[in-house]
Amino acid sequence: MNFETVLFYLFAAVTVFAALRVITARNPLHAVLFLVLAFVSSAGIWMLLEAEFLAIALVLVYVGAVMVLFLFVVMMLDINIEQLRKGFWQWLPLGGLLAALIGVQMVWVLGADEISAGTTAVKHAADYSNTKELGRLIYTDYVYPFEIAAVLLLVAMVAAIALTLRKRRDTKRQDVNKQVKVRREDRVRIVSVPSARQVESVQEAAASNHGHTAD
Amino acid sequence: MMEAQALQLVESLLSFLGLWELLRGFIEPAWHVVWTVLKIFAIILPIMGGVAYYTLAERKVLGFMQVRPGPNRVGYWGLLQPVADGLKLLCKEIIIPTNSNKFLFLAAPVLALTPALAAWAVIPFDDGMILADVNAGLLYLLAMTSLGVYGIIIAGWASNSKYAFLGALRSAAQIVSYELAMGFALVCVLLAAQSMNMGDIVRGQQSEYGLFGWYWIPLFPMLVVYFIAGVAETNRAPFDMAEGESEIVAGFHVEYSGMGFALFFLAEYANMILIAALSSVMFLGGWLNPFQGWPVLGELTAWVPGLVWMLGKMSIFLFLFLWLRATFPRYRYDQLMRLGWKVFIPLTLVWVVVVATWMQTPWWLW
Repeated sequence: MNFETVLFYLFAAVTVFAALRVITARNPLHAVLFLVLAFVSSAGIWMLLEAEFLAIALVLVYVGAVMVLFLFVVMMLDINIEQLRKGFWQWLPLGGLLAALIGVQMVWVLGADEISAGTTAVKHAADYSNTKELGRLIYTDYVYPFEIAAVLLLVAMVAAIALTLRKRRDTKRQDVNKQVKVRREDRVRIVSVPSARQVESVQEAAASNHGHTAD
Repeated sequence: MMEAQALQLVESLLSFLGLWELLRGFIEPAWHVVWTVLKIFAIILPIMGGVAYYTLAERKVLGFMQVRPGPNRVGYWGLLQPVADGLKLLCKEIIIPTNSNKFLFLAAPVLALTPALAAWAVIPFDDGMILADVNAGLLYLLAMTSLGVYGIIIAGWASNSKYAFLGALRSAAQIVSYELAMGFALVCVLLAAQSMNMGDIVRGQQSEYGLFGWYWIPLFPMLVVYFIAGVAETNRAPFDMAEGESEIVAGFHVEYSGMGFALFFLAEYANMILIAALSSVMFLGGWLNPFQGWPVLGELTAWVPGLVWMLGKMSIFLFLFLWLRATFPRYRYDQLMRLGWKVFIPLTLVWVVVVATWMQTPWWLW
């Protein structure tokens, strides 16, 4: 057993353990963190397969961005775990059926002769860049599926924004354009106030103030 | 290469002591690992020293900008101040809040520091002076810098405190938003360099025109965006809403004391130095001589090692961090989000198209 095999079993064991803990952890935040661990260790497995682009993209996209938003939401939820466990036994048969279906499909696909035979992974030379290869394939042979997937994501994004955006009348939103365009003349009026005035004779001043002396 | 030479050195040293034949069986098979660990230490230790003295530089520079002396009591000109600070933090009691999640509370500072240090693996300090010369270097960097947010967000949650939680939420939203602009700025760099290998990115900037051959000219808007996004990523002033001491005390690390706090501090400063190193590698030609190929200056400065240029370029950006902090008041949170989403991301997207088009024309000189 060489070092790579040891690493593979280590990553695989951590992935399986973390995935199990995702569904068994009592604290939803712990579940999210275990999911992060599962992603990181699967990235490790991909790295062992020399799929370094996919491995790093997994860490970058899922661990670095998607799961942060997950954490963000889960941290703010007040989840009652008992409430969630309520229908467990009722839904168990359906869940078991789905799990069996997925399992059968995976065995079917992975066990197929066309895949298992003749794919004893050929090691590429050290200067082989699978990032470049992936990019070339995506933008030549698979350009239409790739673009369709991109449009699908865009539609999903627009839909998500459209669903959550609601116009509120009572918000005090700042119009940055207006704020920037403001000139001094719009806000400040400079009044020239003479600082000193010649004092008139005392009687005259008293006479002119006569109406205001009531207070 | 150096690895074999170092092994020979160890061999001659040990045979001088008469121990080589005895230890040979242990040393030779493990030498690659030992050598790599030695290289890691050669990177980490100077970073730690750099962080320590960058804090002193920060206080001195802020002091000069505000016309006051800064720390000047410990050692000559305050030079031992970082040592005193470190000792103080080491000796302080670590307080764990009663209602906190203890494991995550203690794991969070480690999670913050690890990616900050791991990212240094692909930074080239000189031609060939790099720990891991991988082809996907730029992607690796993006992945590592995006992991730093976990330390912050977990610290905020595990502390079980309002202020820490608010700080963590602010910080997480800020980091995720600015990462996009940062990523697109890097896309421009990899378009220009046609490589994600950090060494190749620097080599792509080599020319007979010295500093005019670097990417800061065609990608100038991206340099600005990248650096400002970097300031926001590291939660530094004027984007330090995550700490915002006037509103939420100290943000996500309000409950941390002693070494827990020190680790966050180390992570923040290691990240700042990392952003400075990255900006100089990608936009200012890394280890390249700025006067290369120039008539007189080029020959006069040809002897200067690349490491010196690299460190010099990094210190320009490090000084900028401090200058920004001393100059600008803190942003408002909605202004920060607007800058990230509505100014930087469209700008970077446009520039990606501009660079890609520009490169197809004969006017692309880089």
